[in-house]
This record gives sequence, structure tokens and C-alpha cells, in this order.
Amino acid sequence: MATPTWKNPVIKWIDYRLPIFTFMHGELVDYPAPKNLSYWWAFGSLAGTLLVILVLTGILLAANYTPNVDLAFVSVERIMRDVNYGWLLRYLHMNGASMYFICIYFHILRGLYYGSYKRPRELLWIIGVLILLISMPTAFLGYVLPWGQMSYWAATVITSLATAVPVIGQDLVEWLWGDFVVGNATLNRFFAWHYLFPFIILGLAFLHLWALHVHSSNNPLGIDIKGPQDKIPFHPYYTAKDGFGLGVMMIVYMVIVFFFPNFLLDVANYIPANPMVTPTHIVPEWYLMPFYAVLRAITFDIWFIPAKLIGVVAMLASIAVLFFLPWLDRSPVRSAKFRPLYKQFFWIFVLDCIVLGIVGANPPEGIFIPIGQAATAYYFTHFLVIVPILGVFEKPKALPNSISEAVTAGGGSGKEAN
Amino acid sequence: MPRFVMSTLVALALSAGVAVAAEATEPPAQDWSFDGIFETFDRGALKRGFQIYSEVCSTCHSLRLVAYRNLRDIGFSEPEVKAIAADVEVLDGPNEEGETHGEDGMPFMRPGLPSDRFASPFANEQAARASNSGALPPDLSLMIKAREHGPDYVYAFLTGYQDEVPEGVELADGRFYNRYFPGNQTSMGPMLGDEAVEYADGTKPTLEQHARDIVTFLSWTAEPEMEERKSLGIKVVLFLVVLTAMLYAVKRKIWSDLH
Repeated sequence: MATPTWKNPVIKWIDYRLPIFTFMHGELVDYPAPKNLSYWWAFGSLAGTLLVILVLTGILLAANYTPNVDLAFVSVERIMRDVNYGWLLRYLHMNGASMYFICIYFHILRGLYYGSYKRPRELLWIIGVLILLISMPTAFLGYVLPWGQMSYWAATVITSLATAVPVIGQDLVEWLWGDFVVGNATLNRFFAWHYLFPFIILGLAFLHLWALHVHSSNNPLGIDIKGPQDKIPFHPYYTAKDGFGLGVMMIVYMVIVFFFPNFLLDVANYIPANPMVTPTHIVPEWYLMPFYAVLRAITFDIWFIPAKLIGVVAMLASIAVLFFLPWLDRSPVRSAKFRPLYKQFFWIFVLDCIVLGIVGANPPEGIFIPIGQAATAYYFTHFLVIVPILGVFEKPKALPNSISEAVTAGGGSGKEAN
Repeated sequence: MPRFVMSTLVALALSAGVAVAAEATEPPAQDWSFDGIFETFDRGALKRGFQIYSEVCSTCHSLRLVAYRNLRDIGFSEPEVKAIAADVEVLDGPNEEGETHGEDGMPFMRPGLPSDRFASPFANEQAARASNSGALPPDLSLMIKAREHGPDYVYAFLTGYQDEVPEGVELADGRFYNRYFPGNQTSMGPMLGDEAVEYADGTKPTLEQHARDIVTFLSWTAEPEMEERKSLGIKVVLFLVVLTAMLYAVKRKIWSDLH
């Protein structure tokens, strides 16, 4: 990987003083990646692309949106009706958020399956969890902005969670609202924060990439790069592979935007916010539903601690537990491919998350209450009991000697290429 | 807000199952001219639907998000739109002296312009409720997008009135029985029946035809961008399919020396 020599005099002049082109060349062109990355490794760059799409469409939407309780709903409808291609911007933004969460969830599950959070990538993982942690409130704030029924009532329910904090709860929630109710001050600051947070996410995404490029990507075998035979330059190999992945994602995204733009939106958000009428069923966007299910799973007080507080703590803990995963999982083997037991528990965990999502989407009554509680209990059991125990007692399969040996046809060990 | 009100509200919201009303019948799926990704609004139905809105619905329901100029998009000519707009009176003033009311004590009014949004039947919510025995007729601009099953629901609702109230159901005063309405008791009477309006184009004025036409019109008011959206979408998706196929070929070519 020699430092490139720049022929263009302008680039040469700049690069001599600020080696930004050399830096980009090193990180995006020469950057050595394992040669066996599957399409599961495309979701990180897809999420990044969607983040950029969201920021750009968001800036254009903000140019036409009015954060005022009397005008917000109508201003969104003006965007839909009177702004040139305003409907396209809005549908790209709204569904882009869903696509972003699809991508980061696949990205996280890939990390869980292939053990990408393990040494030396613990910080990389933690920065990723931080991105998830900030992306969720960002999306929620955006959901509030159109000021439809679901916007208003979701804002009321979610901000009221702050009242669960002992002693200062009520003061805290009023400080959040800027008022004694969810009102104009609330909408104004939600707009400001919704505009601010994505730039924090962009900053974290930069750190995420930086940390990634130190030790390069993990790979489906979960073994380290042993030498040049295991590596290929990012460009053209992974630019081409990610390019195809991007094409497939864009097809799905555009089919939703152009033909089913409201498929993922609750119909009640086309009714203007009305503080006097509570919708029969208040739901967040689909991507928050598993966490909503954890929140509502706690229906019982424990000693003097009220159920609501435990619910809020459980919801926060369901994400916080991810921060500790690199130390909860003691297994030296990264990839589930060589961990026969972990592999099965991984899929049970995926199923558990889907069950939580379904429970979150349904009213907390009847059978959904015990199912939600069982699924919540299992969620934490997975991380706090199953993963630590497997790490110690599971007998992993033999690891291949090198990536190259394992994936190249006739590479020596006779293992199946993957 | 007092603390106990807040906590009650949160408790209610968290338990979410707030007094779910009597079960409404699932509306049967209908065939709509604008269903498929290649399909557009039936122009005849749009115009007939506009006629029904003007002659029937607009007595109680506003259409605040739609402007008269938008009617150009469904086939009305410019002079027609001007005439339709000029038919309504909209609030005017203040004049140059700062007066808002004439000597007769009435507010200044002027004829509508194509740039005006549809005039609402009532000046405010209170006036609307006062004229409708306490019920508030909702704005119809987004009605189709604001209900589960959208057009199918509104069609079923408009054709779902029943004179015979099922046994054991106590109909409240001023309510009408409708099996598709959540709770089955609606404050809106059966406004559409056979021959509710007389069609200029000679279409047979049945209840079903009326319902079909008004639903088509309201689907347009809810999604005026639908036709442009679908036609652009087909081009975008076709482009992406070709591009992605080529990207796949490029990927195969580039990776071929590794395998």
C-alpha cells in the first residue's frame, strides 16, 4: 500500500498541506478487508447511505416545515400538496427512517452472529450501540413533528415516562415539555433536537468507521487476518459488492416510497392532534415496538418500586445490556459458525425479538401480557445467563488455519467455501 | 396539570386498551379504479364525486386542505374552476380604513378565487357542533388515509346503514345504526341513497354508484399526488432494476479473478 502520487496539481498542492486525499485513498480504496465478507457485511454501508439520505431530505423538509401546534399538521400537508416533489421528500424521509432501522437491525444481528463485538472491536461495538441509542429518540422526535394523533399521543406517553424517576420525575417531565402539558414549546424543542441529533449520529458514525479501520472488518469465519493472502483492497472488490447491495436495497426502498408509502404508518397520524380524544391504541413506529413491549411487560410493583419505574429501567437496560456484551461473552471464538450451541440460541434470540415486536404492536391485554413478560425475561436471560454460560462451557468446532485456506477452492483444508 | 391527572393519563395510555367500542364489521374489499400500481383515478367518477361532495357532503363536512385550483387536476377547465370558486363567499377585509364589518354589521365577504381553499360549511367547531346535535363532522380532505382499509371502509360505511337495529342494541338519541362504524352508532344519518344527486353524464344514480364516486373523489383529495407518484415510481424502479443488474454483472466480473 504505497502512498499514492497525485498528478493533478491542485490535488497535489492540497494533499501536501492537508493529506485528505491520501487519507481517503487509504480508507476507501486501498483499505485492506478480509476477502470473505458476505452480503451481511453490506448493511453497515447501507445504513450510512440511508443516514445521508435522511439528513439531505430532512434539511429540505425543514425548509418547508413549521413547528407550531396550530400549523405543523397543515405545513406537512402543504409539503405533500404544494411543494414541488414535496410528497417525494416526505415519503423518502419517513420510509427512509424505516429502511435505516431495518439496516441497522440486520447490521447488529450480523454482529451478534459473527461475534463482531469481541476483542479487539469492543469500542467499535460500543460506539455502534451509542448510535442505536441516539437513533431511536431521533426517530421518535421525527414521528412527533407532523403533529397527528399518534404524534401527539406518542409524545405524551413517552415523555411521561420521565415521571417515573423518583422525587424529581414531575419536574423533569415539565422541564422536558417546557410547559405543564405537551404543547407548543414541546414541539419547538422536538424539532430543534430532531435536527441536531442526526449530526451527533454522523459524528459517531465517523468514529465507528475510524475504529473499524484500525483492525479492519470481522468476517464470517471470525478469525484474524493472518497475512496478505487473506486480504483484498476495499476498492474495487467491496465497492462493487456494496454497490450491488445498495441497488437491491434501493429497489425495496423505492417500491415502498412510490407504491406503498403509508404501509408502515399508523392511519391515525393523518388525523390532526387532538388532546381531547385519546386514540384507542397508542403505538410507536414498528422499529421501537420490541422496546415498547419490554416497557409494558412490567405490570407489577416490586416492594416499594412502582411498575412504571421498573418498566422504564427495563427498557433502558434492554439496550444498555448490549454495552456489556463484549465482556458477557467469554467465548474466544467469534463466529457462530464454529459455535454449535450459540448458533441455535442466536436464532431463538432473533425469534424472541420478533415476538417482542408483535407484542409491542398489540394492546397489552389478555394473552399478550404473559407473552410479553416471558419474551422480556428471555431477552435478558439470553444476555445475562445463556451467553455467559455458553462462553465457558460450549465446545467450539475447530477453526480453519486462515481465511484464505478456508475460502479458496482447493486451498488446502478442503473446507467448503463460504 | 395536576399530578394525579397525569398519572391516570399515563396509566390509561400505557394500558392502551381504553374502552374499545363494540366490534365493527370488517369492510369487504372493493375493486377501485386506482388500486394497482399502473392504475389511475376514473375521471368520470372523480367529477361525479365532486358533484356529490358539493351537493351533499359539503353541507356539513369541510375540505380544508384542497384548493379550488386543484380541481384543474381532475379535468375541470380554468373557466369552470373560476366559476366554481366564485360560487362561494369567503371572508374578506379589513378594508383600507381597517374596518372588518360593513354598515349592516356583517363581515366583509368576497367571491372565492381559484387560489382559495374549499370554503368550510361552519365558521368554527362550536358552530359545527351546534348544528349537528353536538357531533363534529370531520374534515374530509384526508379521510381515506386516516382510516384502516381507507376507501373500502368509507364505501362500506356509506352503504352500511341499517334501519333495523339488531336485538339487544339500544340506539342512543340522534344516532344511526351502521354496522361498519366502530361502536355501530354514528351521528351522521344516511345522507346518500338512490338518486341523492342527479348526474349530468347520465350515470345511473344508485346508492352504490354514489358511494363509489365520492370515495374516488376523496381518495384523490387524500392523495392528489398518487398518479404522478405511481408513474414516476415505475420509471425509477425500472431504472434501478437495470442498474442493479449491471452492478451485479460488474461485481461478478471484478470478483472473478478471486474465485
